Amino acid sequence: MIRIPCPFCGIRDHSEFTYGGDGSITYPALDAPLQEWHDAVFQRENICGVQTETWHHVNGCRMWILVDRDTMTHEIHAVRPAHPDLAKALESSS
Amino acid sequence: MTRFSAWNVFWNGLTSQKGWSRQWRDPEPKSHYDVVVIGGGLHGLATAHYLAKNHGIRNVAVLEKGWIGGGNAGRNTTIVRSNYAQPGNREFYEDSLKLWENLSFDLNYNVMFSQRSHISLLHSPGAVDAAARNYNTMRRTGAPDAEIWSLEQLKQAVPHLNYGPNARFPIMGAALQKRAGTARHDAVVWGYARSADQMGVDIIQNCEVTSITRDAEKVTALETSRGTITTSKVGLAVAGNTSRLWAMAGLGRLPIESHKLQAFVSEPLKPLLDQVVVFGVGGAHFYISQSDKGGMVFGGDLDWYKSYAQKGNLPIVQDVSEAAMSVLPCLGRVRLLRHWSGVVDMSMDGTHFICKTPVDNLYLNAGWNYGGFKATPASGTYFADLIANDRPHPVIANHDLKRFERGLQIDERGAGPDPKLHG
Repeated sequence: MIRIPCPFCGIRDHSEFTYGGDGSITYPALDAPLQEWHDAVFQRENICGVQTETWHHVNGCRMWILVDRDTMTHEIHAVRPAHPDLAKALESSS
Repeated sequence: MTRFSAWNVFWNGLTSQKGWSRQWRDPEPKSHYDVVVIGGGLHGLATAHYLAKNHGIRNVAVLEKGWIGGGNAGRNTTIVRSNYAQPGNREFYEDSLKLWENLSFDLNYNVMFSQRSHISLLHSPGAVDAAARNYNTMRRTGAPDAEIWSLEQLKQAVPHLNYGPNARFPIMGAALQKRAGTARHDAVVWGYARSADQMGVDIIQNCEVTSITRDAEKVTALETSRGTITTSKVGLAVAGNTSRLWAMAGLGRLPIESHKLQAFVSEPLKPLLDQVVVFGVGGAHFYISQSDKGGMVFGGDLDWYKSYAQKGNLPIVQDVSEAAMSVLPCLGRVRLLRHWSGVVDMSMDGTHFICKTPVDNLYLNAGWNYGGFKATPASGTYFADLIANDRPHPVIANHDLKRFERGLQIDERGAGPDPKLHG
């Protein structure tokens, strides 16, 4: 079991979460060239090592979070809310 | 190398088994090869075999960083079938099944291919309709062994499935492929290695590629843990680690994610299940067969998160056990002997790639998702054909990296561009 420190709920088993996918993707503007959309939707860096990914705490606070996780060792290096404003709010309140 | 034959078995029985020679050599790498295949798994070894056999290209090396058959070749559930419906896949897997049928003779090695039939359980009218469509497609395209079974037929053939009134998903019928079955995975590895070696291929184990040297058009040399090797052509067959080799060649990103898939084997039992049985409904997924040694060999879904670690996680053990109990409750007291995990290339549409690359003399064989084992003979045949002739065979014309740019996805499950959903 991977233990994920949810920024809202604390440390929880990964079975409470669903895995989203590559969190480093930034989708282009709607009218961007087709190639940019192709690359964002279909192309993956597929890192062996630390990558940023999205997880959904579906059986908890139901928030989406960004997790920096090593894909070889499954060690988690950092966790933050996926929504940038929430991340900022958490920072300012702490 | 001694050929296997009834006479040789008899003769060696009389002479203390001293007449056998080793199955394949352990050569030092040469400095140059006509073709280097990176990856000594089933597909790499099959490619080398068919390069030598079909195309007469014998100055070939297969480089394996560990030992042959130590990766996904030894981590699968050995199921062979051709119940695919999408154009391209249908022909490809049908060709593969036909090659399986003759593989033991082709390799002079008993791969223990057992055409015991493959049964997909159906649990809703919608599932029956979808299966009827797919299996009718199969019947129209060279697979007359595709059948839809009623519940009564199924009960006669496999009486110990859970047909009870309390089944969470009552069984309504089944889709059956009679020529499908299982094979002995190690024997397939050894058979291809032995045959390729006999035709002159160098199988070089403990030889990891550490960097790929290339100019604008061509790969010029491979740096390996056993020295520099120059080559005219390079074939990549390293499913699970394709993205790492791709990055090593400086080619950027691929429509592939590495995920891990677990499989299980129980303690040996007396004959219990004479078919491959597959259960898939809603979020549950389970497939099971019985090995010739008696172990129940089974598996389920991916671990759902991306990983390069060849180790599984416990929630899936629980999921698979629950599925096992819901389909075959008689397994309740059976003890698990081993369980393991392999890293698979999950592609964006659930279909593989056998294609040319932006580099002239580099060829790609990747993206096998859940289904690499059954594909082995056809994968080797078409990949060897691609490398030898420098153009894709029409059957694999759409199995290239550019298909997404053309708006084409060969998506058997209709799951969309999310690799983890193509199980």
